[in-house]
Amino acid sequence: MTMNHQGRSTSAGEAGRSASHQTFTGNRALDMEEPLIFEIGHMDNCGVDLDETADFAPRLGSHMRQEIVDLPALSEPETMRHYVRLSRNNYAIDAGLYPLGSCTMKHNPRLNEKMARLPGFADIHPLQPISTVPGAFELISELADWLMELTGTNAVAMSPKAGAHGEQCGMMAIKHAIAAKGEERSIVLVPESAHGTNPATAALVGYKVVSIPARDDGTVSVDAVVEKIEAHAGQVAALMLTNPNTCGLFEPEVIEIANAIHEAGGYFYCDGANFNAIVGKAKPGDLGIDAMHINLHKTFSTPHGGGGPGSGPVVLSDRLAPYAPLPFIRKNNEELEVVETTDQLQGNEQPFGRMTAFFGQMGMYVRALSYMMSHGSDGLKQASEDAVLNANYIRVGLQDLMTLPFGEKPCMHEVLFDDSFLNDTGVSTLDFAKAMIDEGYHPMTMYFPLVVSGAMLIEPTESESRASLDLFVATMRDLVMSAKAGDTGRFEGAPYLAPRRRLDETTAARKPILKWVAPEPTKVQPETA
Amino acid sequence: MRYLPLSDNDRADMLTRIGADSIDELFADIPEAVRLEELTTLPRRKTEMQVERQLSALANKNVSAGSLPFFVGAGAYKHHIPATVDHLIQRSEFLTSYTPYQPEITQGTLQALFEFQTQVANLTGMDVANASMYDGSTGTAEAVLMAHRVTRKKKAILSGGLHPQYREVVEGITRKLPGGSVVSLPADPMGTEDILAQIDDETSCVVVQSPSFYGQLIDLKPIAEKAHAHKALLIAVFTEVVSLGLLESPGAQGSDIVVGEGQSIGNPLTFGGPYVGLFATRQKYIRNMPGRLCGETVDAEGRRGFVLTLSTREQHIRRDKATSNICTNSGLCCLAFTIHMTLLGGSGLAKLARINHMNAVKLADALNAVEGVDVLNDAFFNEFTIRVPADANDVIEALAVNGVLGGVPVSRLEQGNPELNNLIVVANTEVNTDEDRAAFVDALKEVLA
Amino acid sequence: MSTYFTKDHEWLLVEGDVATVGITDFAQSQLGDVVYVELPESGKNVAQNDEVAVVESVKAASEVYAPVDGEIVEGNELLVDEPAKVNEEPEGAAWFFKIKLGNTTQLEELMSEADYKAFVETL
Repeated sequence: MTMNHQGRSTSAGEAGRSASHQTFTGNRALDMEEPLIFEIGHMDNCGVDLDETADFAPRLGSHMRQEIVDLPALSEPETMRHYVRLSRNNYAIDAGLYPLGSCTMKHNPRLNEKMARLPGFADIHPLQPISTVPGAFELISELADWLMELTGTNAVAMSPKAGAHGEQCGMMAIKHAIAAKGEERSIVLVPESAHGTNPATAALVGYKVVSIPARDDGTVSVDAVVEKIEAHAGQVAALMLTNPNTCGLFEPEVIEIANAIHEAGGYFYCDGANFNAIVGKAKPGDLGIDAMHINLHKTFSTPHGGGGPGSGPVVLSDRLAPYAPLPFIRKNNEELEVVETTDQLQGNEQPFGRMTAFFGQMGMYVRALSYMMSHGSDGLKQASEDAVLNANYIRVGLQDLMTLPFGEKPCMHEVLFDDSFLNDTGVSTLDFAKAMIDEGYHPMTMYFPLVVSGAMLIEPTESESRASLDLFVATMRDLVMSAKAGDTGRFEGAPYLAPRRRLDETTAARKPILKWVAPEPTKVQPETA
Repeated sequence: MRYLPLSDNDRADMLTRIGADSIDELFADIPEAVRLEELTTLPRRKTEMQVERQLSALANKNVSAGSLPFFVGAGAYKHHIPATVDHLIQRSEFLTSYTPYQPEITQGTLQALFEFQTQVANLTGMDVANASMYDGSTGTAEAVLMAHRVTRKKKAILSGGLHPQYREVVEGITRKLPGGSVVSLPADPMGTEDILAQIDDETSCVVVQSPSFYGQLIDLKPIAEKAHAHKALLIAVFTEVVSLGLLESPGAQGSDIVVGEGQSIGNPLTFGGPYVGLFATRQKYIRNMPGRLCGETVDAEGRRGFVLTLSTREQHIRRDKATSNICTNSGLCCLAFTIHMTLLGGSGLAKLARINHMNAVKLADALNAVEGVDVLNDAFFNEFTIRVPADANDVIEALAVNGVLGGVPVSRLEQGNPELNNLIVVANTEVNTDEDRAAFVDALKEVLA
Repeated sequence: MSTYFTKDHEWLLVEGDVATVGITDFAQSQLGDVVYVELPESGKNVAQNDEVAVVESVKAASEVYAPVDGEIVEGNELLVDEPAKVNEEPEGAAWFFKIKLGNTTQLEELMSEADYKAFVETL
């Protein structure tokens, strides 16, 4: 036999002790501690080469600043290293399953990024002559056509910058439409299970929110809606309903609910956050909606980017179409006409105003259209079916161990558990979620929707393979069994292995530190003679 | 389909496991009358190559800013973006991460936000900044709503130098409020309006842009003084953030809220969006501030870390009592801003601002020398307004035919005032060369001849 | 001097025609770590059930209601700097505001300490 003369151990050896192994730098091999730029930057160096301006003779009146802005710089290699190191402390969909319910963390194709960076899209100005950007308007119009076709509507306001901005746009159109009829209505009905943005938007637009209780099965009944309509006869401006709802269920009485609100002279605002479940399976327009925003960053794969930018076009029913905000594109046969100002209006066009400067999130439009064209009608439908299939596969994989608040029935693209399976284990929902981090998973959405106590909302999306789902289910089962077996240590201090342990949010909120301030120089005590 | 990992075999096995006979069983709650079989009206899937070809054809119909002498500004500016910026924001860990609700595994995004907030606070001369808004225009509307909350008054006065589309956004949202009123002063190309006379005890806030839409530099101090005397807030707006490298900060001039567009640093033109709204205020108003905030804290082992904080102001907790309905910030765009600003630092920004300013001075002098053309501004940063002896729209279209994009005709954004029909807002940044300026002057002479 | 309680988990200590109002120990335990308190302005006239103050934890914001009609005499400035006091001494030093009673008959509808304890048991 040959001998290992170098005497090197080939076993993992003492690896089990790594968590307590201390280093000089605080780094843990690839996991680097990184200071703030203000602690490592230079006031006398710069990461961009710029020529000095010869003969600087400013024409700034009395407005020139006397000192340069107090911001240090990093050279290019330092900048690169700083942000690469920071990036490595982030979880990302490209790195692992991101089962955040109601957020639709699906794959973000890089073709979309490449298309959005074509100079013909990225390097054009919103106020350059319209004659020099026909391709931009064709793209917006083409995307609008897809959105209208997928939702069964004839109008869409493209400019809102995010989902909540889309809600605001839809509700302002509703307010305007009611005023145009010479009516005044003050109330908006919102189910308890709604996203927080719904009541916040209704209040922002000046409405009083009346909430509708959920049924025991997690859905909204037409009777509950009618009861509130009658209690506030003539006052209900709109109903805001998420469908599929935040419990992961398709509202079975949605058509009856739409009819009821219409008969009462109100409008049906649909929150489209969960559209990914039904693209190609049903058209919201056929369900009787008057307005629905579409989160391009959810359903149509534009990247979340650590919290934005989003994009939230709003499709509108024929009743609301005349009130769509400026700017919009008018189609005369195949000719596109850009309407930016009130003097260009025709016929019954009565825009309620403007949501934003310019034309909205062009960069997101390109990505979303690239996604849609890639999928095609067949691929979009398949994606929705796979999203629903994946969620149900997780449901059946876990329903014997975790608890389903509404019984063992199919869900849409996300499955909602409650935390009653943790009763008497000493493990809280939050602890459970933090232990998922140690296993390499981003936690699911927790404590939402509010109608279910200890809610855990899991949305795998269509981007996960079967092997990925199997491992996720096995991991969750192992965690549940561990909790039930009384291994509380695995949970209460979790995460143990992340770049940071649990963070003190109480102190952060009591004494907010919202920017870096140079520390006071420490005074050296003079030595006593 | 290349983006979908499941095979038909997987799907069949998984349905069996679920106990469903067909995929449609899982969609049984959708009323049968509205269930779709197929979307026959839309095209079917395309290969990567086909999509690229089709979208490139659309892109190629547009004249891009980098392909000719380009002087269009008025709220969005063509600047050079270091290659490092776009590389870093495309890192998967930044690009495909969600809002950092789990701070233990999103310290990268959070620390960058903390750096961003510090940069914006120092740039504007204010105490605190939030983690960004959608853009400058929506940020301005949010600032007005915030002022209404702080002062418990509802009358906003908008300067005639405010970007006309910003004004429309503010009017749209605040006029819908019960008791809300907006006084919009007429277009003010010369920067000489008497806004002080408008401020009274009913006033909640005064909204003033500097450099103004027309490029005029406005002295904010007397406006702040008068506003404060009437318990109103001064909201200072900017659309060109590079100007802060050379101009006295709005914070130093007594502003209570500073809001502006940050696109110029790190973000391409992209036809108007996505951009990044900068929003800063005084310490005492932070509880009334809209948008996300990132704060410093420690973890269980005492190590510094960052979290989203003061979120009880926000919609997901406060619902109909939230300070705003905003649910996202402009994450990746504010990261681009932060990286570019880190490369520049205060000294680089000052240099960049000087180049912008001196290029604009050269262009202003050259255009002023063209017969019949007047520059309206005595002082300006990198943008000014010219009066031409013809309809400005026609001039701009004719310039485009001659291969120069020469600015924005004011009448494209402001109607109803014939005096504005001859005005063009012209921007000049570090990307413009002497050759570009010469081409502009020559083309203008030819067009006016 | 007598103490009353409300179903909204507030207590009132009545001395003469002024009541000192705070939130109960049960309320603070449900809120978790209190991080911020917003107090009413002195001199403000309020009606029973008006929202007059706000108490926030990291994850929740709750309104504090006026338990009776009256005029706000003062808010407890201590809580502005040390919101943690609400967790430590909810029924003592961490009172929220003092109110001059506008309608003493409203006190009769409030709960005694024993009634309140029984009420909390049912939750």
